[in-house]
Amino acid sequence: MHGSLRFTLSSLVLLGLVAGLGGCASTPPPELPEPAPATTAPLPPQRVPEVSTAPAETIRPTYAGPWEDPSSPLYERTIYFDYDSAEIKPEYVALMRTHARYLGSHTDTRVTLEGHTDERGTREYNLALGDQRAESVRRVMLAEGVLPDQMATLSYGEERPVEPGHNEQSWRRNRRVIVQY
Amino acid sequence: MSRTPRLLRLLLVAALSLSGIHLAVAAPRLNIQITGGVEAAQPIAVVPFGVSEGLIPPVDVAAIVSADLARTGKFRPMPTRDMLDMPSRHEDVDLRDWSLLGVNNLVIGRVEADSVGFRVSVSLYDVFRGNELTSETLISTKNGMRATAHRIADLVYEKLTGQKGVASTRIAYITSTGSGDGLRVTLRVADADGYNPQTIVSSGEPIMSPAWSPDGRRLAYVSFENKRPAIYVQELSSGRRELVASYPGINGSPAFSPDGVRLAMTLSKDGNPEIYTLNMLSRELVRLTDHYAIDTEPAWSPDGRSIIFTSDRGGSPQIYRMSASGGAAQRISIDGDYNGRASYAPDGSSVAMVTRINGSFRIAVLDTQRGITRLLSSGNLDESPSFAPNGSMVIYATIHGGRGVLAAASVEGGGGQRLSQDSGQVREPAWSPFMR
Repeated sequence: MHGSLRFTLSSLVLLGLVAGLGGCASTPPPELPEPAPATTAPLPPQRVPEVSTAPAETIRPTYAGPWEDPSSPLYERTIYFDYDSAEIKPEYVALMRTHARYLGSHTDTRVTLEGHTDERGTREYNLALGDQRAESVRRVMLAEGVLPDQMATLSYGEERPVEPGHNEQSWRRNRRVIVQY
Repeated sequence: MSRTPRLLRLLLVAALSLSGIHLAVAAPRLNIQITGGVEAAQPIAVVPFGVSEGLIPPVDVAAIVSADLARTGKFRPMPTRDMLDMPSRHEDVDLRDWSLLGVNNLVIGRVEADSVGFRVSVSLYDVFRGNELTSETLISTKNGMRATAHRIADLVYEKLTGQKGVASTRIAYITSTGSGDGLRVTLRVADADGYNPQTIVSSGEPIMSPAWSPDGRRLAYVSFENKRPAIYVQELSSGRRELVASYPGINGSPAFSPDGVRLAMTLSKDGNPEIYTLNMLSRELVRLTDHYAIDTEPAWSPDGRSIIFTSDRGGSPQIYRMSASGGAAQRISIDGDYNGRASYAPDGSSVAMVTRINGSFRIAVLDTQRGITRLLSSGNLDESPSFAPNGSMVIYATIHGGRGVLAAASVEGGGGQRLSQDSGQVREPAWSPFMR
């Protein structure tokens, strides 16, 4: 895929803020930088792991976009879904239009539409459901004039919850697509 | 007569297991608790094995055999303290004494020195018929003694049930600790009794869906280590691995065909989650489904001719079956508004799956011939069922005390056990095939 997987440190800080506003400082979003992306390799203990893993992605502070400004309409970047559904609820159309308008006038800007689910149901089904949610958002944004190259989708399924609880209060916050600049 | 050497042996075993900490892999072990009813289980006595003078076996063979047999849910080993006598040679066995104690079967054995390490002999008796059923001698290295004990348990199990035992098989599973940037996800493989855990791969990003190759030598899994889901196939002995699918969108649900040549998987590269097979020799990728709904979680029939999968094409997730070359699919799950993650029993007569009942996700076994669904678990968020290679048990993930643990249930009912780590979550168990 193209370069939309790059994340800025500033957007990460912002996400931390969003999580804080939601009353939860716990689970930060997936892209929080870790010095080395870590995958250690295989092993029966006596063998030398020869698998080299992804080189650490360099994450540098970059220009903070308007989506980091709490007074900007772009600040709201999460679209929530009903259980086992990838349908866009009418109340999120305005949010998506706002982002589509911005992207339409900033065609160098790229986003990743990151789909998530709650923990209910099977893991691979949820990986597919997260993908469909991200795809639903992508289609609306396309219809609103965003160029295909400006968007990538990424599903984490149920693997990256923002809320750890086993209850509806947590589940509703985990069923989401985040527009990641 | 055998008291003194036994005590000495126990002390030495204890000393050895303390020093053995240095040999152990750093990975924490899975602790097993028996949870299922043992009332219907057959009473058996596995007498502590005799050891020739001066020899120090690294493990208590009889204790391992007993634990293996107890875990099957079909046997109830007599506690050592209830034994009146501890024979280790044929000529010292008096089966009438054992019949008074109400055991059906007796296992005795000896550990002796061998040029390779140890020579372990074992005999199995039918107490009521008053005869020896089998007698075997196994040669083992020091490090191979646990495996030798598991082989003995399988030998006893097979002789008494007519079914191959699974004490020598392994389990792959995912563990995780922390969250967010503190997340640490690890794919491990351990013996069926939770010992010898080995780390296969570890990451600060999610790892999902471990799947065994039919020869038990490779694992396919999904890793997000490059910040996107991708499918890898890793050889366990060498650690060598190959990235087999990294298309745009999701790359998930790897499942080896019974001949080990093809890998079924879910890809959304064409805009929607669909099922594909990748021929790992020719690299040919074939798309099997074409529907705007979710199609995922493919699993092969044991004969390799058909694939079952989860689809919400009918409005809710259900299990469908199609030819392994694609084409029309028929729904096979009958009841419930959520059925997913199905996999065939080794004999192909039934499938284990996740089913939602009264809002709870539980493990069910569907008899595909008779159309009968039976619940195996009683949790609220149970998932990832995987049959033992002899079909006798299903291992799955559940939540116990707020933590993710593994549980195994006997398919016929009765036996059950829980496998947990001292810390962290454990999930997505995959029971290995019989090791070749």
